[in-house]
Amino acid sequence: MRHILSILIENEAGALSRVVGLFSARGYNIDSLTVSTTEDATLSRMTIVTHGSDDVIEQITKQLNKLIEVVKVIDLNESDHIEREMMLIKVRATGKDREEMKRMADIFRGRIIDVTEKTYTIELTGTSEKLGAFIEALDRTVILETVRTGASGIGRGERILKI
Amino acid sequence: MKISGAEIVARCLQEEGVEFVFGYPGGAVLEIYDAIFQQDKFKHVLVRHEQAAVHAADGYSRSSKKVGVALVTSGPGATNAVTGIATAYLDSIPMVVISGQVATPAIGLDAFQEVDMVGITRPCVKHNFLVRDVNELAETFKKAFYIAQTGRPGPVVIDIPKDVTQAMTEFNYPESVSIRSYVPAGRGHPGQIRKAVSLISEAKRPFIYVGGGAVLADACEEVRDLVRLLNAPCTNTLMGLGAYPATDRQFVGMLGMHGTYEANMAMQNCDVLIAVGARFDDRVVSVPEKFLAVPKKIIHIDIDPSSIAKRVKVDIPIVGNVKDVLHEMLALIRQTNVHIDSIALEAWWQQIEEWRKPNSLLYVQDQEIIKPQYVVEKLWEVTNGQAIITSDVGQHQMFAAQYYKFDRPKQWINSGGLGTMGFGLPAAMGAQLANPDATVACITGEASIQMNIQELSTCKQYHTPVKIVNLNNRYLGMVRQWQEFFYGNRYSESYMDALPDFVKLAEAYGHVGVRVEKPADVEPVLKEFFSSKYKERLVFFDFMTDQKVNVFPMVGNGKGLDEMDLPPHMRNNGGGDGDRDYGNLC
Repeated sequence: MRHILSILIENEAGALSRVVGLFSARGYNIDSLTVSTTEDATLSRMTIVTHGSDDVIEQITKQLNKLIEVVKVIDLNESDHIEREMMLIKVRATGKDREEMKRMADIFRGRIIDVTEKTYTIELTGTSEKLGAFIEALDRTVILETVRTGASGIGRGERILKI
Repeated sequence: MKISGAEIVARCLQEEGVEFVFGYPGGAVLEIYDAIFQQDKFKHVLVRHEQAAVHAADGYSRSSKKVGVALVTSGPGATNAVTGIATAYLDSIPMVVISGQVATPAIGLDAFQEVDMVGITRPCVKHNFLVRDVNELAETFKKAFYIAQTGRPGPVVIDIPKDVTQAMTEFNYPESVSIRSYVPAGRGHPGQIRKAVSLISEAKRPFIYVGGGAVLADACEEVRDLVRLLNAPCTNTLMGLGAYPATDRQFVGMLGMHGTYEANMAMQNCDVLIAVGARFDDRVVSVPEKFLAVPKKIIHIDIDPSSIAKRVKVDIPIVGNVKDVLHEMLALIRQTNVHIDSIALEAWWQQIEEWRKPNSLLYVQDQEIIKPQYVVEKLWEVTNGQAIITSDVGQHQMFAAQYYKFDRPKQWINSGGLGTMGFGLPAAMGAQLANPDATVACITGEASIQMNIQELSTCKQYHTPVKIVNLNNRYLGMVRQWQEFFYGNRYSESYMDALPDFVKLAEAYGHVGVRVEKPADVEPVLKEFFSSKYKERLVFFDFMTDQKVNVFPMVGNGKGLDEMDLPPHMRNNGGGDGDRDYGNLC
């Protein structure tokens, strides 16, 4: 099953590699990983999307907690949460496709952020499924390039991950 | 007053009360060695290979209650140390390893003797640090020693670039340290402890399974109290030997791959299992499903939550310091006057005595060839069971574990997790330095001993009179055993040809060597060379042992604990599957 883990970790050199090394050394999956500093410059927040049985996810959480620099780990799947991912996608936009592409972007609430005679670059934000759906909705031959950030997640309401 | 980074290193070690630093100098640590030269609070032990420095620090730590310290230079010094670090990591040994690093401006430029030590050791340390600023040096040491010995202990590496050792700053050693992201587990949850006690009160076939965690947590007194209070049978893992006295009636021997029949059968057939600082590793429970085929409830006490439910699901996990948890548990048992149903318990003990009766460790010492088991048994007798024993890895290690009856913790020192050949001699050296008055013996084989044989030189220099008991069967014995059992007797590269004359070799290093070829000589020779006459000398005993002895019982890979291969006298006697064709070898 897919899980989305949120990790607060000391913003120190090498901390990220400990997390990534843990996943590769123990054979856990990383479907996506995002990381950046928080409002507190000494802390980074990481979102890792992974999948595995409940036992595996339990071990991942325990092993992450064991890392000295990890401050807190929560499995966002344990309660309501919101997740967003951003994608930049460059598509061919010529002739009759040009209007069609604009319409598709609108339907998915994407924004065209760069335009040339032959291309559009569309910024799209949403759940990972939504971004996937957008790609599916396009004719593969018009896609020139995609770049995705990987999911970021946050608990709903009063659920807060903080020191 | 400002002092150099190198002097800070020396001062930090002094502040931590370090007695010995095991190390080897080189370019990147010249400043540190210069600072060591100019102080006399701790001693430096110059090993002959960096791997041995770390094993010696490890043996020092395992045989005392202190943190081991090793010091190596950058590049090859650092990489040579890695096997030692991984050995300590797998067995949770508190240790601080200081490695030199090239100067900060040279890092990342493939400089001479540069390796990414922090990167290389990341998967086999509890934590590691690269210190880029001399102002962070003292605090880093404080943190390293704190992390190494709290919670589940483990090795910590401090990598120090040469320019940091040269830079000057004020020295202030912090009195204490707190790390917001590191909070070791403390006492166990009272609710869980209550549940555990209530489960124990309902047990019909209780069993207590004690691992290295009990030794590390200094909880052996509590273990003994629990075992006696419940009148339950008790086993120790390879790492836990000595946690419960081996000569006590309630001890059923070591369990696992080469555990006794009674220990493995009791483990398999108990109804309430109390696991204390043990982790159900693959040498104990090969196949979790087979282990759980006999329904049982499991209480698991461990300081490391990730050790719980990793391989075997348990019913009552208790995360906490083993000593504290047992203390609370004992108090509650006494307070609520918990007793296990005495009729059920008697039946359980009867069953255990039946399993014990055939003596799964029985062997026959004939007139001609020395059996390795016999040497270990005689060693136990001659040393009154009081020696500190280190071992290398292989058959001799298992014979040591099976036949030397360890009655106290920290008496048995071996590489259980990583299984590092070459561990025994340097570990014995460290143990002897930590316990100058103790008899320290290294039970080894002719293959293992050669992996760090150069340390005979260090032993000479520092007058560590360890006794090396070489069980010389001219084979990589355990490899040969597996090849006999599972690879159709094709002894691929397991024969040790062109062996040195170990007696001459010992003499060449300035020690005493003695070869023993006849069973009748084993006891007198041990008696003579373990006598006070040789108290100050390193003695290398070269016992020429039976080449074809196998370690029994044996739980093969993929087998259940009740599917042991048994020694010849127990075959077709129920229990193990016993259907393997052993040819004429055993």
